[in-house]
Amino acid sequence: MPAVLTGAALLGAALAGCGGAAAGADGQSITLYSGQHVQTTDALVAAFERATGITVNVRSNDEDTLADQIVAEGARSPADVIYTEDTPALEFLQEKGALAPVRAATLARVPSRYDSPQGDWVGVSARASVLIYNPSLIKESQLPASVLAMASSRYRGKVAIAPQEIDFQPIVTAVLRDDGRATALRWLAGLKANAGSHVYPDNETIADEVNRGAVAFGVVNQYYWYRMRAEIGAAHVPSRLAYFTAGDPGYQVNVSGAAVIKTSRHQAAAQRFLAFLVSPQGQHIIGNPAKSISFEYPIGSGVSSQAGERPLSQLRPNPITLGELGDGSAAVAMLRQAGLL
Amino acid sequence: MSEAQLLSGPGPAQPAPAPAGAVPPGPVPRARRARRPVTLITVASLVCAVLALPLVFLLVEADGAGTSGVLSMVFRRLTGDLVWNTVRLSLVVTFLCAVIGTGAAWCIERTDLPGRRVWEVLVIVPLAIPDFVVSFGWASLWNWVQGFKGAVLVMTLAVYPLVYLPVAASLRAADPGQEEVARSLGVGRVRTFLRITLGQAKGAILGGCLLVAMVMLAEYGAFEILGYQTFTTEIFTEFSLSFSVPAACALSLVLVALSLLVLAGEGAARGRGRISRAGGFAARKLPPRRLGRARLPVLAAFGVLTALALGVPVGSSVYWMFDGGAHAIAGASVPSALLTTASYGLAAAAADTAATLPLALLAVRHSSRVRLLLERSTYLVLAMPGVVTAFALSYFTERYGGGLLYQSAPLLVLCYAIMFFPLALVGVKASLARAPASLDDMARSLGQRRLVVLYRVTLRLAGPGLAAAFCLVFLSVVTELTATLLLIPTGVQTLASQFWAYESNLSYGQAAPFALVMIAIAALPSYVLSRFFDRSAHTQEMTT
Repeated sequence: MPAVLTGAALLGAALAGCGGAAAGADGQSITLYSGQHVQTTDALVAAFERATGITVNVRSNDEDTLADQIVAEGARSPADVIYTEDTPALEFLQEKGALAPVRAATLARVPSRYDSPQGDWVGVSARASVLIYNPSLIKESQLPASVLAMASSRYRGKVAIAPQEIDFQPIVTAVLRDDGRATALRWLAGLKANAGSHVYPDNETIADEVNRGAVAFGVVNQYYWYRMRAEIGAAHVPSRLAYFTAGDPGYQVNVSGAAVIKTSRHQAAAQRFLAFLVSPQGQHIIGNPAKSISFEYPIGSGVSSQAGERPLSQLRPNPITLGELGDGSAAVAMLRQAGLL
Repeated sequence: MSEAQLLSGPGPAQPAPAPAGAVPPGPVPRARRARRPVTLITVASLVCAVLALPLVFLLVEADGAGTSGVLSMVFRRLTGDLVWNTVRLSLVVTFLCAVIGTGAAWCIERTDLPGRRVWEVLVIVPLAIPDFVVSFGWASLWNWVQGFKGAVLVMTLAVYPLVYLPVAASLRAADPGQEEVARSLGVGRVRTFLRITLGQAKGAILGGCLLVAMVMLAEYGAFEILGYQTFTTEIFTEFSLSFSVPAACALSLVLVALSLLVLAGEGAARGRGRISRAGGFAARKLPPRRLGRARLPVLAAFGVLTALALGVPVGSSVYWMFDGGAHAIAGASVPSALLTTASYGLAAAAADTAATLPLALLAVRHSSRVRLLLERSTYLVLAMPGVVTAFALSYFTERYGGGLLYQSAPLLVLCYAIMFFPLALVGVKASLARAPASLDDMARSLGQRRLVVLYRVTLRLAGPGLAAAFCLVFLSVVTELTATLLLIPTGVQTLASQFWAYESNLSYGQAAPFALVMIAIAALPSYVLSRFFDRSAHTQEMTT
């Protein structure tokens, strides 16, 4: 047995050597915790590495798990930068005092409504929440004009929802803000009843199931549909998109953002990464389907999307601010009370 | 994920009921046994202490949330749904696995089914396919594979070999003569099957069912793909959605309670009384039962089973590889992910095989009520979601270890070793039971030192079982996903994590090669495992 143990120990030691964190030629490297889509992150990181010579070690996972990890890791966190699909995880870290201020020049690249109210994170891209529907199961004219109407009994069995999806929380927060608690709870109960077994883990699944005709319609962010079309080809995508009426709480523009971790030992390189994300080069990668399959809206450096989507400037979302969205805990509490979480 | 779990469950009669012939298994009352094996107990206690880390973490976190916090998390509206979802799925899948696994084992072991040697291999290969690949295979092709019926279908096809393997082994080792005797006494065909055949395989069936039920409790990836909510998927949601580690821990405690129920239920059902063969003189083979007119339907059933359990997942992966939209994006290449996966798997399997020895020796050679409890308690680890174990380890390294080894390969390997310890224990225990203690005593009386005896006698005899345990852990590591995502060194990918990254982005075309490679490298250890059962049953026949 000692031989076996020694062998195991040696193997363990050998394994320790094959860990990931490799530094670039000039020794500079940063660690990025990313909740963004792998493909988008990869495209941006590769361009950043080419432009600066700084190596980026990417750790991908759910962004809320990553935020939990950063808090648990405390002062020893290996993370230098966090890049998320949505702002609640960033707001959560900001509340925990885990973020360093973003450089003013970086923040200035992006309209201030898309940035952290405290200047602790910068908005990188945006997308809109829309209806996705399958025309073989429901006509466009039958679709609800408001997200509130999705709870109406005439949509029984036709609705798909993803209560665990982080993109769903802002809608709940907006309904809560606009219509109050009682209405919001009734609405969630109606949604739950209408969805029945069509309760899915995320937006990708809603898009996929609607597209395949498993369920008639649901709410997703617009870019999931475009990504799906890019992945499986337009011939396989009978589903379509539709918009809620202007200002509806279901009509949201959500922001993906990034921040530097306060305990990072590579502050300068980390700030450079943030600056790159909102630079013309970084924003072109996000806005150009040939360079990434992000399909999110660029929001910095005056770059606009080349993906043929309805332009960001023509969207008429609900007026809720990112500060009002906060860390989403009020929405989560509502979802729990409604038995959806 | 751990469809790698096979062998019959815990308890004394595994993987096949030990023959009551020349080789007495387990504890033998002898004067020398009075001395307490201090070293063994110390080492075993240390191992148990490490295994207890996740549970300690749960209690600490739940304590931090406060009693009212825990109660409000546990007694909310969703909990009822989750209990209902989890329990009904576990019951239905366990029952179906028991029927399919036992039926297939009986046909292969006791009848003249044509092509038995081929079926024997085909029916266990699904074990090598990760559950989430099976559900991906089905769900990516057909809409209706979702929710409860999807989960029943996919999980049954993914885990029935957990029942098949131990039952087949026990039927092979059991005495077919008893059936003959029963028939000659005028007992009908059906009653003979129910009373004698099933009676002989009872321990193995229950052991297999225990593993199936435990897998159902801890499964994540497959249910996530199928959109089916259970306790474990909800625990993941808590971890990944609401920045609420205490809430997740409170729910995990409910899961632990459920698995205690499963363990207790299995223990109660196992009950008293053992059936074994009559003794050394009964070792003969009877001609296999003739299937007669049932031959074609049975053959068709095997064909359908293989097509569903093997054909669909493999076929769908191949289909997506050629038909899925391909976007050239970065990510770990298949060879580098394969290398990472293989080295983690080998390290964890070696660590587990070594760490299980003291506990298994205690359980087999020095059994007592407390030590048995010590050994049984390790099975709780099986029902603990990987993410909990991973969070526990990062909590302890951060809190008490100065962050040492955090997100390093050794810590991840330790995490795997904890998660899959019970699997290794089952195999090691079973084979040690077959290495008679009297041989140790003989060697010792000839002046050999204790460790030399352990190495030269006990381990050699237990060799096949150790290999089986090794393979079992290796298989499970290959398909592990959730702990991996938390603890893997930044920038490194395993086959499973890379598959998941692509699958969850709907990049089926890119996910498919990783699925196929996972199946390929898991197939070899599965084959070794099936040979182990073959051989162990064979050895038993020889020794009786």
